[in-house]
Amino acid sequence: MSMLHFVALAPFIVAIIIPFLYKKFRHIHTGWFVLPVPLLLFIYLIQYLPLGGEAMEIVENTVAWVPSLGINYTVYLDGLSLLFALLITGIGALVVLYSIYYIANKRDEPLNNFYVFLLMFMGAMLGVVLSDNLMVLYVFWEITSLSSSLLIAYWYHKEKSRYGALKSMLITVAGGFAMLAGFALLYVMTGALGSATFSIREIISYADVLKDSPLFLPAMLLILLGAFTKSAQFPFHIWLPDAMEAPTPVSAYLHSATMVKAGIYLVARFTPLFGGEAEWFWIVTGVGLFTMLWGSVSAIRQKDLKSILAFSTISQLGLIMSLLGLGSAALYFDIPNAGSVYSVAILAAIFHLVNHATFKGSLFMVVGIVDHETGTRDIRKLGGLMALMPITFTISLIGIASMAGLPPFNGFLSKEMFFTGTLQSMTLDIFNVQTLGFIFPVVAWIASVFTFIYSMILFFKTFTGKYQPEKLDKEAHEAPMGLLIPPIILASLVVIFGFFPNLLAYTIIDPAMQSILPGLLTEGEQFDVKIYHWHGLNPELFMTIAVVAFGTLIYLNLDRWKETTFFMRERDPLNAFYDNGLDGLVTGSQKVTKLQMTGLLRDYILYMLVFIIGMITWTFIKFNAFQYDFANLTLVPPYLWIVILVIIAASISLPFISHRISSILVLGVIGFLVALLFVIFRAPDLALTQLLIETVMVVLFLLAYIYLPELKKIDVKPRFNIFNLVVSIGMGLVVIVTGISVHAMRNDLDITSISEYFIENSKALGGGYNMVNVILVDFRGMDTLLEVLVLSIAALGVVTMIKLKMKGGEDI
Amino acid sequence: MEILMIVTAGIIISVSTYLLLTRSILRVVFGIVLLSHGVHLLILTMAGLMGGSPPLLTEDASSYTDPLPQALILTAIVISFGVTAFVLVLGYRTYKEHKTDDLDQLRGNGDE
Amino acid sequence: MKTNYLMLHTITRIVTFIILSFSIYLFFAGHNSPGGGFIGGLMMASGLILLYLSFDLKTIKRVLPFDYSTLIATGLLIALLTGFNGLLFGDPFLTQYFDYFELPILGEVELTTALPFDLGVFIVVVAITLLIILTIAEDDS
Repeated sequence: MSMLHFVALAPFIVAIIIPFLYKKFRHIHTGWFVLPVPLLLFIYLIQYLPLGGEAMEIVENTVAWVPSLGINYTVYLDGLSLLFALLITGIGALVVLYSIYYIANKRDEPLNNFYVFLLMFMGAMLGVVLSDNLMVLYVFWEITSLSSSLLIAYWYHKEKSRYGALKSMLITVAGGFAMLAGFALLYVMTGALGSATFSIREIISYADVLKDSPLFLPAMLLILLGAFTKSAQFPFHIWLPDAMEAPTPVSAYLHSATMVKAGIYLVARFTPLFGGEAEWFWIVTGVGLFTMLWGSVSAIRQKDLKSILAFSTISQLGLIMSLLGLGSAALYFDIPNAGSVYSVAILAAIFHLVNHATFKGSLFMVVGIVDHETGTRDIRKLGGLMALMPITFTISLIGIASMAGLPPFNGFLSKEMFFTGTLQSMTLDIFNVQTLGFIFPVVAWIASVFTFIYSMILFFKTFTGKYQPEKLDKEAHEAPMGLLIPPIILASLVVIFGFFPNLLAYTIIDPAMQSILPGLLTEGEQFDVKIYHWHGLNPELFMTIAVVAFGTLIYLNLDRWKETTFFMRERDPLNAFYDNGLDGLVTGSQKVTKLQMTGLLRDYILYMLVFIIGMITWTFIKFNAFQYDFANLTLVPPYLWIVILVIIAASISLPFISHRISSILVLGVIGFLVALLFVIFRAPDLALTQLLIETVMVVLFLLAYIYLPELKKIDVKPRFNIFNLVVSIGMGLVVIVTGISVHAMRNDLDITSISEYFIENSKALGGGYNMVNVILVDFRGMDTLLEVLVLSIAALGVVTMIKLKMKGGEDI
Repeated sequence: MEILMIVTAGIIISVSTYLLLTRSILRVVFGIVLLSHGVHLLILTMAGLMGGSPPLLTEDASSYTDPLPQALILTAIVISFGVTAFVLVLGYRTYKEHKTDDLDQLRGNGDE
Repeated sequence: MKTNYLMLHTITRIVTFIILSFSIYLFFAGHNSPGGGFIGGLMMASGLILLYLSFDLKTIKRVLPFDYSTLIATGLLIALLTGFNGLLFGDPFLTQYFDYFELPILGEVELTTALPFDLGVFIVVVAITLLIILTIAEDDS
């Protein structure tokens, strides 16, 4: 157990203590107890950064968990893990600080729930990025889905919160399940090589061999499904806008900066395995680009600030995803120089990941401030806040400019690199890029135009225009300092990374690239990750200028299309699939349930009997198991004939007797005759028991149906039902056929019975001469103990039913 | 003799199945009792009949009847007594509550 | 019309005594010849049922003032505790022991831990049989 194991577990441990602290120190905001956790973890993790420009040291440590199944809690810290871990803890610390001022410590505010879920998420997310074992990763992955859903439903009295929580849960968990199947396939594939493993690094080391496996493509698709649902890629993105019902700190943290990037992480982590494959390249790039386009186009018609940011997040995640897809071509070895050309895309992906976390985090916090101080997030009600909230205004100016890709902020740099990546992808002719490659820059450019437009909407509708106090619930004013500090920190990071991008170059970006693209470099070499502001008058710059020009043009004419259906329908049309699908599932399962749950005992018994008959018949036919052996039959003595004929006659007459007492007596006769059979077949204990039980049973029956006067009225008319008859005869035949076959096989196989043991040892080990009794009280004493327990429960049930009479609907 | 016993058990099980499928609770209880008889006979037969003297070492015989199925059946007899008593009282109480022992009339509502 | 049950009562007194003695014999004989906790218990229960049937419930309740649900618990507890006996000697739960002892008057006697276990079974069987039957019989609503 190293310190690194503890990193992922620490939030969980604190989460256990939080409820007690909440109860004990009610007047202190619980957030203050939580804040040290991410802060200390962040400081601890920073030590692993290669600050001196040297190569990063990779840390690995294993604790055996379920070694027999190959499940070990292995922490593995390389550049990629470190990048994410720093994001999780860093943004986490800021978000916790922000939440302390955002969610007031009121009487009925369940702060303990909030922070327990948040810590749970933090720990699980750290677990996802630090685990090397696929099963451990999966467990943590599902905990992030769960805690995300719980946080969305934090204000669970709101119907929309519950809807959003359920939706995010269903979609991400379904994806996670697909991912689990993918992991299982990987395990099977490595198993075929003779060394089944869940370790990601070991699997990657087999990449060359695994590529030939027929399961390679299914595994890839299943894992991508998990990544796409988590990272809100088209068409699974529909859960993210509804997740905005969560408190804003949660949206800033989970649904823009960290959790939705888990899918990005997964794709990046598996790039060494799947990268270089045409399917991977096209799916990841295609889905990413399309999501980017879809998200940015959808964003411009939103009226809610958080919805705009939600669709913007979807779009930006698409951007990062497509960059990872483009960059994966670097691992295609057949083309010389592919590595250097395509690695630019990976560089851009990582850089943009960091940038997005900073500017989108700050923007979410700003929106939260606006919501907090004015009481609304509707852009139709807002306006003119520039003068009233100058600090908030400045922060959002920086964030939005970065999001729109304007110089000199970090968003500009990564957007330029994104254009470079798409443009360069056309130059190489692999994966049929030469025919369709021109689409990449075109789609990227269009999406960027829309990004620019929604950025302008976000900015101008909120801060410029006319201040409309009559539409607001509260008097707008500047937020308290505590709410402002976290976004200020993030905004200053935006500026710092914008001016000095190379602060990140060799500390974070290069180690992360090394883990995404291993094997491209020789030992000790580093990627060329220097980021420059000025590349000369190249196509990328002209693309940016065109984006600004077109974006402004469209924005100015936006009012003209305000009344079109496109702008009127805010909800994503794809939601119809989810809503109708869910409804269909519920009504469908109700129908199926109603179909089989008829409420009739007879039907339930019939299902079971028909299944049993079918199963046994099928087994007999399949294995051709029917045998018979009438060779050495013993002679049946005449008295046995008489007993058996009476039993059969009595049994068959039973259904036809409509008189109650007669049927009880007939049943008694059968019971006593069975006892007689036990005598004949040399089972004295059985015979005694059967005799006594039968006596008691007859008394019981008579008591229940004669002793009590009200029951005399029962008049049972046997209802002849041909189907019942067929099933019962079938049941009897199945028993007979099975019995005869077993009897024949018994003669064939000459099995020694386990009873020999009891016969030999009942005196020696049990000290008794009556073997049956010795078996009951000694050898199989546990059975007998449980048997009397069952009897006692039955007796108590009887007492409960009669003595503690409860009317319908009554409760204990 | 074994074949005869198997057929007998089959017939008993057949009749008990038919009783289980009827509408009257009392007959269902009869069915359960009869079913346990059939199964007990079947188990006993499967172990082999008349294979020796009763499973008492005091008999001092060269071969004994298989004691294990007898122990199993003994347990089963007592358990089936408990089950029968329980089901019987259940039916009795149902009749007193609902004034009917017709299972078709006792079926619940659609949304239950 | 008042029915006179003199015959029934007289015979029951004698027969019940025989049945009860026989049930105790069956219980003790169980380890070596047919009998044991189940059979002895059922025998005793049917003897008592006969008492209840021929006399009325109130009379017998005065004679046998047992609470049968408590008896069930007692029986279960006895059987269970016998099981823990084995744990003391490091053997699995419910291991039974036996040995032969020379006792005054009785001579050589075999004592087994299976006997108290069987006693638990015996008590439970008697108690549940009577509990079920009496519960139904007492139900007068």
